[in-house]
Amino acid sequence: MSIPNPTPLNLTQWLRTVAAWLVALLLFFPLGWLLLTAFKTELQAIAVPPEWLFTPTLENFHEVQERSDYLLYAKNSVITSVVSTLLGMLIATPAAYAMAFFKSKHTKDILMWMLSTKMMPAVGALVPVYVLAQKSHLLDTQLALIIVFTLSNLPIMVWMLFSQFKDIPHETLEAARMDGAGLWQEWRMVLLPLAMGGLASTGLLCLVLSWNEAFWSLNLTAAKGGTLATLIASYSSPEGLFWAKLSAASLMAIAPIVVFGWFSQKQLVQGLTFGAVK
Amino acid sequence: MAYLQLQGIEKFFGDHRAIKGIDLTIEQGEFMVFVGPSGCGKSTLLRLIAGLERIDHGQLQLEQRDITHLASSQRDLAMVFQSYALYPHMSVYENMSFALKLAHVDPSVIRQKVQRAADILNLGPYLKRTPRELSGGQRQRVAIGRAIVREPKVFLFDEPLSNLDAALRGQTRVEIAKLHRELGATTIYVTHDQVEAMTLADRVVVLRDGVIEQVGTPLALYDQPANQFVAQFIGTPPMNVWSCSQLPANVLNHCPPAAKQGAMGMRAEHVQVGPFGQGQLAGTVELVEALGAETLIYVNTDHGPLMVARQNPRSSLRPGDAVGVQLEWSQAHWFDANGLAVRA
Repeated sequence: MSIPNPTPLNLTQWLRTVAAWLVALLLFFPLGWLLLTAFKTELQAIAVPPEWLFTPTLENFHEVQERSDYLLYAKNSVITSVVSTLLGMLIATPAAYAMAFFKSKHTKDILMWMLSTKMMPAVGALVPVYVLAQKSHLLDTQLALIIVFTLSNLPIMVWMLFSQFKDIPHETLEAARMDGAGLWQEWRMVLLPLAMGGLASTGLLCLVLSWNEAFWSLNLTAAKGGTLATLIASYSSPEGLFWAKLSAASLMAIAPIVVFGWFSQKQLVQGLTFGAVK
Repeated sequence: MAYLQLQGIEKFFGDHRAIKGIDLTIEQGEFMVFVGPSGCGKSTLLRLIAGLERIDHGQLQLEQRDITHLASSQRDLAMVFQSYALYPHMSVYENMSFALKLAHVDPSVIRQKVQRAADILNLGPYLKRTPRELSGGQRQRVAIGRAIVREPKVFLFDEPLSNLDAALRGQTRVEIAKLHRELGATTIYVTHDQVEAMTLADRVVVLRDGVIEQVGTPLALYDQPANQFVAQFIGTPPMNVWSCSQLPANVLNHCPPAAKQGAMGMRAEHVQVGPFGQGQLAGTVELVEALGAETLIYVNTDHGPLMVARQNPRSSLRPGDAVGVQLEWSQAHWFDANGLAVRA
């Protein structure tokens, strides 16, 4: 079988193609390795040299669910990421609206200040946040994570929505006002339809960020309120040798968000690049 | 009885006083044009009337009702924006029916009104299209249509023609004038183009630095400008103005005493260019603009700025020709040291 090739690749194109494949494989390798290991037995997982041909087993998945209630962690992950995203959108959208359409001389400063909070390492706020959670009896609860995720994602949300709203001409909203639209109608019938792409991509990104968040999940929750990140971690340090189960747990943790990301990649990419080309 | 009344309207942007106490009365059915150079506050004044900016001082009344602090949505005014500001996610029909839908008008009535407006504006075939699929001129007509269907108390136009090319601008100007005649709606129209102002307006408001310089019919502004600014802003080419101190004695004899420290103005059509030696001033031709129906001749006289003369017969003059200039004294405008008009 031969595929017609009207323009043969020259050397530069060859090199570029090889380099692209190398980078792609390098990035995919850990994930591929994880995928393979998850279906091996513990013995096969640590075999040297690694076994490439083996009979896949689902035993690890079974054991992970048996030993540590995967569904509970998955439920926590879904609830914390979805609720924190919705809550964040609820706060960030009006904030971004105000800053984009009713600019004051301090708007820029406020935006910079918001961004600056992301420059501090999370561990810098660990002790106060931990103490606050402890005093208000929120340790190991979904609520603690929802609050922390919402607040830590807010700056990104406001920034993304701000740059999205900024590109909507003021006059379009003013026209709606002149046409008799109140604030709510202006939002529902003009602003939201025009900003739908940006709203969707902002929500998706924050959903992914919350889902993957590990630092606060590990420090503020354990058995009851823990997310999938906590589940994976529970298979690492004390039981470091159980590579196959760790892989199975990891795979189960990342699978939903990877599938989700796959289907929404168009929105995600659009959200991350808007404003870049103008 | 005043229909729309502005009393002592002021607007500040920070410390900058953009609108400095405007008093103005607009009658029902009147076509009022705000004109002035950029930055004079004409668009701001329109936005204050529309409720898109907050009025800091003063009072705005519509049919004797105080609407100074009423939200735009409750003023029952319609606005046509310079950028059209159509809703890009809606069809032409939806754009035009949006206001009526918000007002919970019966759908069959909406259909009827939109259809009527579409007929008036020749938009019938485009009702299903989105704004993106229309040309600039068509978009502008949709924006006007959106205003018409509402039958508002006052139409506000914010430089609606400045995004159109010259040919389309002239054509749309005629259409707007025709539309106003048919609908008889009270209209406020903002433009920086004094030709638009002169051709469309019942009355023109000339603004400068947030202050009204003069209000009057187009010809009143042209014939009796209140000051030197209005004299030079209204009319193409602008009125010739010379400082009296630069004029030769034979010209200065005609100057009223109050204008001795001021200036003399003369419209281009009241300046005759003849053979050298004739008239009151001597000069040389700098430039001849043959426009077909008329000819503009720019003459350098050594008495202040270049002087322009308008004449109907075509001219055989060439740049560099020595000429004499005849001024029509009865048509001279005189201004005092502050630029205010002095009646001779």
